[in-house]
Formats: sequence, C-alpha cells, structure tokens
Amino acid sequence: MTAKKTKLKIDNERCKGCMLCIHACPKGILEASAKVNKRGLKYVVVKHPDECTGCALCAIMCPDCAIEILRKK
Amino acid sequence: MTIKYLSTGNEACGEGAVRAGCRFYAGYPITPQNELTAYMSRRMEEEGGVFIQAESELAAINMVLGASAAGSRVFTSSSSPGVSLKQEGISYMAGCELPAVIANVMRGGPGLGNIDAAQGDYFQATKGGGHGDYRLLVLAPASVQEMFDFTYEAFSLADKYRNPVMILADGMIGQMMEPLEFKENIKPAGIIDKPWAMTGAKARKAQSIKSLVLGEGLLEKHNEHLQGKYALMGKKEVKTELYNTEGAEVMLVAYGLASRVARSCIDSLRKNGVKVGLVRPITLWPFPYKELSNFAKKGVKFLVVEMSAGQMLEDVRLTVQDDEKVSFLGHTGGGIPTEEEITLKIEQIRKR
Amino acid sequence: MSKLFAKPKSMKDAATHYCPGCGHGLIHRLICEVIDEMDIREEVIAIAPVGCAVLAYDYWDFDTMEAPHGRTPAVATGVKRVLPDRLVFTYQGDGDLAAIGTAEIIHAGNRGENISVIFVNNGVYGMTGGQMAPTTLLGQRTATSQFTRRAEKEGFPLKIMEMMAILPAVVYLERTSVHSPKEIMKTKRAIRKSFDMQLNKKGFSMVEVLSPCPTYWGLDPIKSMKRIEEEVIKEYPLGVIKENR
Repeated sequence: MTAKKTKLKIDNERCKGCMLCIHACPKGILEASAKVNKRGLKYVVVKHPDECTGCALCAIMCPDCAIEILRKK
Repeated sequence: MTIKYLSTGNEACGEGAVRAGCRFYAGYPITPQNELTAYMSRRMEEEGGVFIQAESELAAINMVLGASAAGSRVFTSSSSPGVSLKQEGISYMAGCELPAVIANVMRGGPGLGNIDAAQGDYFQATKGGGHGDYRLLVLAPASVQEMFDFTYEAFSLADKYRNPVMILADGMIGQMMEPLEFKENIKPAGIIDKPWAMTGAKARKAQSIKSLVLGEGLLEKHNEHLQGKYALMGKKEVKTELYNTEGAEVMLVAYGLASRVARSCIDSLRKNGVKVGLVRPITLWPFPYKELSNFAKKGVKFLVVEMSAGQMLEDVRLTVQDDEKVSFLGHTGGGIPTEEEITLKIEQIRKR
Repeated sequence: MSKLFAKPKSMKDAATHYCPGCGHGLIHRLICEVIDEMDIREEVIAIAPVGCAVLAYDYWDFDTMEAPHGRTPAVATGVKRVLPDRLVFTYQGDGDLAAIGTAEIIHAGNRGENISVIFVNNGVYGMTGGQMAPTTLLGQRTATSQFTRRAEKEGFPLKIMEMMAILPAVVYLERTSVHSPKEIMKTKRAIRKSFDMQLNKKGFSMVEVLSPCPTYWGLDPIKSMKRIEEEVIKEYPLGVIKENR
C-alpha cells in the first residue's frame, strides 16, 4: 500500500503523548508536536504523511484509540 | 390441597425460598444452619436451580450478588461469624440495589462463641453491619411455620424494593421441629420485570450495575434515593404482633425465641389476673416505633427480653424516652430467659 | 474512504482516565476488537475489578458490572450459572486476582466455571498509589517495599497461572504481553481463543497479560515496554501454560 492510498489521522485530544507510536513506526514519520492539547500533553503529529505505508503498527500500539487509518478509494 | 409435615425451622426456611421461586443458592457450612445448606443442595437440583457450596461465606454472598444482577431470585444463609464475612457484599448489594434474601441463624458470640441459640446480631442486622448508609428489611420468625412464611415473603419484598432482605432467626428456631403447612399449589409471589438486570445489551443500550458513584454531589443524590426507599419501607412494611396487650400494665417486648418464652409467661400470668402483654416485632427493621410509642403514652411499663446484652433494648429506650419505664432481662452466650425469671422481673416492675 | 484501523464499535467514545502509556487502554481495545469480530456484543456481560480499571463500564459499550475487590470470579460464577449462554468475562488486576481474590480465582478455576478471565499483571497497585503487588519483582521499589522487595521479608513474585495449571478443570492458560505490536496481536489472539472456548463450553480459561505501569514504575512509556521485554518476562515467561484440546 502506498502513501497515496492511506491517510493517517491522529486525534490531538485523545492522544496522551505516550510516544509509543513514534517508537513503533518503522518509517519514523511521527513526531511529538511542539504544542500541547487541553490536558497539557504534547500530542503526536504526522511529520511525513506521504511516506505512510498503512502498516498500522502505530495504531496497534496506541493505548487510546487516537489513531485512525483511512484507505483512500 | 394442603401439604403438612414435621419440619425443622432451617428446612422450612429453605422450602419457603424454593416456593418463592428462588433458583440460586450459594452457602458455606456453619452450625447451627447446616441443615439449610444441605437442604438447598438437594432442592435446588430437584427444581433445576443452582446450588454452589462456595469456598467461603465471602464467596457465597458475591455469587449471590452476581446471580441477582443476572435477574434471578437468590438466597444465601449463614450464622453469625459467617454473616460478618458477608457484610461487604451486603453493603455492595444495597448500594447497587440488588435484591437478595440472606438468612442469619444466630449463634452465641462474639467471635467463634458457641453454637447455641442467641440474639446477639440485632445491631448487625438493623444498624448496618456493613459500611455506609443503608438498611436491610429484617424479618424475625418465631416458629417453624414463620421460617417458611417469612422467607417466602422476603423474596417479594426484596424484588419490590431492590434491596437485600434478612431473615434473622436463631439456632433453636433453626433446629427445632414443628408442623409446617402450606398450599400445594403455592406459586412465587410478587414477580416483577427486572429491566435493569445484566442480561446482555440486546435491543437496548448497554447498562451497568455499580455502587461507585463519582462526580460532584452524585453519591449524595444516590443516597437520597436509597433513603427514600427506606422511608417507604418504614411507612408500609412494619409488621408487629400484639399479644394480649388489652389493658396491659407491663408490656413485654421480645422477638424470635425470646417471644415464645414471653408468650408462655403471659398465658400463665393472665390466668392469675396479671395485666401483662407482648409487643412482638416481626419486622425488626423497620422497627415498630409507633406501636411502642402509643403504649408508652398510656404509661405502660416495658420489659425487654432478649438473648443478648441488650440490643433491641436501645431501640425501645429510644422510642419510650423514659428509662424509668424500660427494664431489661437478658442472657448472652446461648442462655435463654426462663418463664420463672421473667415472672419474677415482672413482679419487681409492678411493685415499683 | 474506508477505515483500515479505527476505534472498535464496542468501545465507547469516552477518552480514558488511564495514564499515558498504560496497558489498560490497549487491552480494553483488544477485548472490544474481539467482541466486534465475533459479533457478540449483545451477549457479553463483563465484570470489572477494583483497581485502575474500576471505571471500565465507562469505556465498554456492553453490559458491565462492578464486583467487590477480589470477588470478581465469584460474581462471574453467579452471572454465568444463571445465564449460561452469555459471554461472561472478568477483567482483573494483580491485587484483585493475586492478592485479595486468590481464593475466588482458584475455586472458580477448580469448579471449571465456563468463564474467561483477563488478568492484567503490571506488578504494582496503581489506583491506590503504587504499592507492592504479589507479582512485584524482587528488587522492585514500591510505596510499601521502600527498601525494594526482598524474598526474606516480602516473599517471591506469585505465579498464579502456574499454580492454576494443576487444576484439572482449567482448560486454557496463556501468558502474553503488550510491549510490542507483535505481542499485542498475540494477546488479541489469546483473548479470542478464550472467548471461543467459552462459547464452545470448554470450561475455565485465563489470559494473563503483562502490562506496563509507567507512573509507578517511574519510567516513561517506551522504557516501561522495554522493562517488560527485558525484565518482567524473565520472571513471568510468555506462552501457553496449559491447553486442553
């Protein structure tokens, strides 16, 4: 699956900034944001969305259902 | 057609539960109520119900909690120390508003005590036992027949109020044998729908059963709701027997086994023209404050007779509000007051 | 666009109260994924523990009830015996199952109650402030093992699963972990297996899941997962401990 076919969505408010997804991502396309959410936690953002392969390891690793992976038709 | 046979109080209690539609019993052996647990092990199987001898009284009350949550009519029994173990579960059930019937066939205490009949758990049954602001509806049978009748009724009351109900008996009532009678075609009464039960979220929203209530002011609201139920019980469910109370100058106040001795005593004394009667609470909670209060207003003197150091005594004193008018005769550790003792005490009271 | 990966339907929308990197969120999600895939949401009755997961009923969109601490297997016994065709599972922490509830779990297993037990083992009592658990490792510092856990005074980490393996009525025991996506998927498969066995009336099964507690381990979430991989697994090895076919 290529980047053109998948879209990665991270819910800023659900994210607790645990960073487990960053660690799990084999492509290193995720990073901690410089901003904080309403809970005061640094949420995760997608640094290189075009390089996402849709492997879903980030979403599998996320304890908060903060990551959604969508397939573009 | 009536069924009539000689039964122990314990087994009559069990049969009352079966006839009320109880189909789940969990218990643990403890004297003097073992006949009840053994009886249920046979009857539940015969009726296609569930019997579990649990690993402890603690486990038993929690199995009952789960089975009640699933919508069944449920029953557990024990004696004093075992009932102490159940207090946590009972508090949870009151908080979760789960119906159940719990029988306590009292024995001597505190601690391991002995296996004789006693009435030392009145406080535990009526003033809490477990933690938090809750009440149990407490019924006190004084005969084998009442063990059946009150247990049978207890299930309807438990469902009606979504609250645990206690049968407070003692080792002698549990093990004595008397004739038991009931209609052959007796059916469970007071069966109501339980839409709150844990049955799986089919065609409805998912729901939960819990006593944890977090959030500002929410637990207080929940407690107000519970207190409302208890106030309703107080209004509607008080049951008392007035025995020979017409014109009585001295009123005995006794329940369970003690009330039987009191009754014999009154029969003898009335023959000799002594004006003495008995107020027998059938519900220990809600307590018959009104009945006692009415007699107190007439200047009646009270003699509370208990197989304890004086527990129901405190409720009588609270009602009468005049300690000059309230006397006590009691025995602990399995001792039973005799007719002679009671007669002597009545004489002393009358002489004052 | 279709969803390749999303929050399972049986999981409510509420954001959880669990700490960042806590294993509960993961295990809750796996249970919900399995329930979605088996399409059994309407048959499920879950018994929540006392512990951090006491509020599980706020997150699970199926019938969930409370149990007094440790009595969870007894409560589940009551429910399952009354409604034997429902999927009844307990969700318990190391205090609930391995401390106060040891009698209840052993006897539910010994009676062969046809229920599934999800045992979340993070080696510490989170809800009450990080006290020692029966499964705390030797040498681990907690609020009540401030000089670290020493065998002479505090005993050894308790192996409930290994103890339960000798019970003839226990049909399936597997220990898994959530420290990596691979282990997370193994945990999901184990939960699925346990639920399948229950619906096929095979008997009592339990899945123990090694889980992190970053807050009371004093480690960040990534280091916590590493600790499971490098330390906890040495004491609590992964794998199928028992399986009756």
